Amino acid sequence: MPVEGGDGPMSSQILIVDDSASIRQMVSFTLKGAGYDVIEAVDGRDALEKLSGAPGVCMIVTDLSMPNLDGIALIRAVRGGNSHKFIPIVMLTTESLESKKQEGKAAGATGWIVKPFRPEQLVAVVKKVLG
Amino acid sequence: MTDRHREIYRDEAYEILAELESSLLTLEKAPDDAETIDRVFRAMHTIKGSGAMFGFDDIATFTHEVETVFDMVRRRELAVTAELIDLTLKARDRIKAMLDGDAETDSDRADAAAIIASLRGLCPGGANAPALAAEAPAKDRGGRKEPDDDAARTYRIRFRPPKDIFLRGGNPVALLNELRGIGECTVVAETDAIPLLEDLNPEHCYTYWDLLLNTRRKSDAIKDVFIFVEEDSELSIDVIDYGEAGPDEYKNLGDILLERGDISPEGLRKVLARQKRLGEMLVEAGLVSENKVKTALLEQQHVKERREKRQAAETTGSIRVASEKLDLLVNLVGELVTVQARFGQMAERKNDAEMLAFAEEVERLTWELRDNAMSIRMLPIGTTFSRFRRLVRDLSAELGKDIELSAEGAETEIDKTVIDKLFDPLVHLIRNSIDHGIEMPDVREARGKSRRGRVHLSAAHAGANVLIRVRDDGAGLDREAIHARAVAAGLIAPGAELTDKELSALIVLPGFSTAEAVTSVSGRGVGMDVVRRGIEALRGSMEIDSRPGDGTTVTVRLPLTLAIIDGLLMSVGSGFFVLPLHAVEECIELTRADAAKSHGRDIAVVRGHAVPYIRLRERFGIAGEPPDIEQIVIADVEGTRVGFVVDRVVGELQTVIKSLGRVYRDVDGVSGSTILGDGTVALILDAPRIVRGAERDERDSLQ
Repeated sequence: MPVEGGDGPMSSQILIVDDSASIRQMVSFTLKGAGYDVIEAVDGRDALEKLSGAPGVCMIVTDLSMPNLDGIALIRAVRGGNSHKFIPIVMLTTESLESKKQEGKAAGATGWIVKPFRPEQLVAVVKKVLG
Repeated sequence: MTDRHREIYRDEAYEILAELESSLLTLEKAPDDAETIDRVFRAMHTIKGSGAMFGFDDIATFTHEVETVFDMVRRRELAVTAELIDLTLKARDRIKAMLDGDAETDSDRADAAAIIASLRGLCPGGANAPALAAEAPAKDRGGRKEPDDDAARTYRIRFRPPKDIFLRGGNPVALLNELRGIGECTVVAETDAIPLLEDLNPEHCYTYWDLLLNTRRKSDAIKDVFIFVEEDSELSIDVIDYGEAGPDEYKNLGDILLERGDISPEGLRKVLARQKRLGEMLVEAGLVSENKVKTALLEQQHVKERREKRQAAETTGSIRVASEKLDLLVNLVGELVTVQARFGQMAERKNDAEMLAFAEEVERLTWELRDNAMSIRMLPIGTTFSRFRRLVRDLSAELGKDIELSAEGAETEIDKTVIDKLFDPLVHLIRNSIDHGIEMPDVREARGKSRRGRVHLSAAHAGANVLIRVRDDGAGLDREAIHARAVAAGLIAPGAELTDKELSALIVLPGFSTAEAVTSVSGRGVGMDVVRRGIEALRGSMEIDSRPGDGTTVTVRLPLTLAIIDGLLMSVGSGFFVLPLHAVEECIELTRADAAKSHGRDIAVVRGHAVPYIRLRERFGIAGEPPDIEQIVIADVEGTRVGFVVDRVVGELQTVIKSLGRVYRDVDGVSGSTILGDGTVALILDAPRIVRGAERDERDSLQ
């Protein structure tokens, strides 16, 4: 059983990955407001780097379309690694296209949020996957 | 969305547009460069996605069209042409203009429409191609709430998550917990699919679940719980019990035979005992696992319980009634009680057997009616308890303490008027516990307690009373400070050894807790006598039990209702007085000789103890001569024995209290009135206030 994230929101560290500063800002602002600890990364490559130095990350919220390393590749890398193999990963996507979502799921995404979303929807999804 | 966020978006979008321009110019020279195409697509993607989130819907809608075209380019379904570059540059300028926030003119709109039309024209299949346009920046996806005023129903759910659910970061237990949040839920884990250890992959999930869920929500709400795993899970949601009553069940064969008298009950039982249960037989036959039988039985049980509960709920329906109507009812019942008492007296006087039997009947019915009327006004005290949660939360946060409020006995019923008046005293007590009782987290830790303090509220019935307790696990009363203060106030001798109980009794004395010095030194007792007065106004009493280091318990004892009093009826001259019976201890005679012996000090000696007494005749200025032998009614007033001298003790009575009119409301020493069987008014004495008044007069006369 995965036990990450069992410590409650106060100690839950969430990594958010998006190349858009405004989205990062908004997601970060919302999650911090809900009591979570937030780390930001600008793309998949940055995310993997930050992840290696942050064993306490218990969830990832990631965009799919990003330079350097995109969201799908990031999910594959995390699931293939050891340190954060079982943590929930939620993808942010404008593609309501089935194919993209399926690709993400196949890579190991836990859930998804379709942009545009309202802050409370984001918090609801985070709470849901963190259990 | 705040303006700050919109500002950040705007800055970011300008940056992206600048980059987009150079990307497009690069692309014009190298139309096959995948990386550049990707960059253009991402630029559009970000502008669109973020735009919709920050309220730039026009930008989102417009950009979506460009993005769609570039998605096709990216997938090599469309070639990069000079025309495309040209159009995209125009589109970029259009987006920039939208960002600038200039008012959009008609020509702008026509311009935008033309760009979109041309872009669509480039797509294979012509103008119809980007059919996605319609569904793109749809607002307010999700968040739909189903009306939940539907009847409750029971669902049978089987949930078998994908084996690799853990590898996707999923947590089945969280989903089950979420279901529990929707309604009453019975969960059974099915473990028969777990392989032997050697074949088991610890990263896989082999367990699946059978659930019974009772809820008013529609099945869509249940499906929503599984939204992220639904596609890969085996999920079935069936309604097994609707809100309506089920079809009439058929009678069992045995019952029919019994009814017809074809067999005897004993015979049937014997035969049935020989028969194995269906479940056992099925398991034995290897048709089904024991666990499966168990879940089926659970399901049966669950449905049965729900049906029973529903039936109970239907039959015990309630109606709302204005409280004035209830007050009127109680008043009328009070009048009836009075009339009944007169009737009873008359019957006794006439000593007519038939009439006496009649009177008895009327009395029985009247009391029953009275008890019923009273019980209608009873409310569970829990409504008050829940209001304290906020108080505790706010106050402990303000003081930097970590305090948890727990409550029990919330269902205890008590008269509505009592509940209303109880609120303030309880707030005082809880404040005291939080403010002075419970220590700071660090101090608690140092004393070997948990950092989190606890305030426990409880309510319970005890005879005709309700006991309400406020308990904290704080530091308890500061004995030394109280002792010192009591000595200073001349209440006890300097060397006096006091029990905890005696010490606790001190702090509620008037003039003790009101002293400011005590408040800060003892760290306790803020307004304790205010609390006590509030409780006494409800004809209740209060007791404090404190153990140093372990905390303090305040017990408040209240009568179930304010409308009725058990009292002792006494007379002075032609006036009648009632003393609440719970305080009365005994009655003794006071002869003129006895009175003379005390040399005007108004103290009687009862079995070796001195008991001060108060002459009601003097207190209320009643004219006339007292009889030769008067009566002293000795009562317990705030822990002290005090006598009240009256002409005659008439006897016990249970009666309905009438409040005094506005003019008499502030009369000292009287808390209410009641009407006797013969129509005479009797005043209900407020013993503590009479005693306090007498003490005051005594002090004044000494000075």
